Amino acid sequence: MKHVMGRLYTSQLWRSMFRHGLPDSNRTRAETIFYNFFLHIHPTKVRKRSLRYTYTWGLGGLSFGLFIVLTVTGGLLMLYYRPSVPQAYWDMKDLQFVVSSGQFLRNMHRWAAHAMVAMVFLHMLRVFYTGSYRPPKEFNWAVGVLLLVLTILLSYTGYLLPWDQLAFWGISVGTNMARAIPFGLGEKMSFLLLGGNIVGENALVRFYVLHCFILPVAGCVLMGIHFWRVRKDGGV
Amino acid sequence: MQKDLRAEETSDARKSPTRIAFMKHRMAARVKRESEEMVMTFPNLVVRELIAFEIMVIVLAVVSLVFDAPLEWMANPDHTPNPAKAPWYFLGLQELLHYFPPVVGGVILPALAVIALIVIPYFKINIKREGLWKENRKRTLVILLVSVGIVSIVLFLFRVYAMLIPTVAVTLFMLLPYFYPREDGVVGRLSGRPLSWWIMTWFVVIVIVLTTIGTLFRGPEWSWTWPWNGTY
Repeated sequence: MKHVMGRLYTSQLWRSMFRHGLPDSNRTRAETIFYNFFLHIHPTKVRKRSLRYTYTWGLGGLSFGLFIVLTVTGGLLMLYYRPSVPQAYWDMKDLQFVVSSGQFLRNMHRWAAHAMVAMVFLHMLRVFYTGSYRPPKEFNWAVGVLLLVLTILLSYTGYLLPWDQLAFWGISVGTNMARAIPFGLGEKMSFLLLGGNIVGENALVRFYVLHCFILPVAGCVLMGIHFWRVRKDGGV
Repeated sequence: MQKDLRAEETSDARKSPTRIAFMKHRMAARVKRESEEMVMTFPNLVVRELIAFEIMVIVLAVVSLVFDAPLEWMANPDHTPNPAKAPWYFLGLQELLHYFPPVVGGVILPALAVIALIVIPYFKINIKREGLWKENRKRTLVILLVSVGIVSIVLFLFRVYAMLIPTVAVTLFMLLPYFYPREDGVVGRLSGRPLSWWIMTWFVVIVIVLTTIGTLFRGPEWSWTWPWNGTY
């Protein structure tokens, strides 16, 4: 077995993907980080202090973890969902009674979404109370606040999609708040958001597109900047 | 090399990058030699990240097996639930709307909160690490009492006790180190807190109180309802 694995690790195919040997020396451990697309966001060495779990409580990392969970479960949910009235609601019922593990999939997406709002907020508090917003990290703090706003918007746009009473009235209450923006701006914004004056099928399609495409893409771009800046400002 | 320049260098070749600093004797600021213990990111950090992620997924899966996501009847524009509630993270805002006119509660206050959060690091006062009562104690006291007084009067006029009580409570904690200066203990720790710490804490307490009230204590017609009499 060992022999076979050894042959594999030295084969041209393996080496074309992973240009370094097994991480058995500090040199190859460093190469594991900086030759890997996903890991190269990290430096090859980190301060021992930053490994301590209570240093950051891992809140930022876990927020990203929740985003991954939400992307995976969300993608699967999209397979069973039609953003139209009344099919959207019947698709919820299908998830509940027809689709294998459909209810579990939806539960996972729902609870992860709630958890992410809380997690990102807690991450912001941790960053504040440890003073980690101080220069040179001030711009990254601002990006972080925008990410919090995006997280809330993502959760909010997803809230309408089941098209049940909870969804409909939750969104009606929220968009009525936006109507209060003065100089007729609120009316215009709410019309733009809903594609009409009331929460209807147009609103469902718009929220669907915002939830599944526009906001996640914006979030990915901001997250890229956020993580990159963390590294550039001396973090992990 | 000039006479008043002196070369200092680290000879520890294992550390990189090697820094060479030229310093004048007169220079006040010394180049700090930091020698924090470093470890390899792989496997130390990467493995920890993976474990944290896996634990999180397990917890999520267990929660998802036990608790079902809510699903009510199909949306019906003709049938308004009483009360109609937004998602929980907006219930603090909805609670504000109960007290203030929509422009204030739904637009101005939340917009101010987001803007205030973004600009935090751009103001010197938020960068300061000194405790609130470190210098200009009398002046600080006057400014504090006047600003808290104005806010309290506004809150009282609008009958926003849900914000008034936390505001007064946080202010009392702020004043504690002024009237009972102590070196250690809780008061000692409080006296080391800068102004920005106090403002953020006040903000967080208000957010938590309003969200909790909106989520658990509001029933039909947005009236006060104890959670044991049913949550809406």
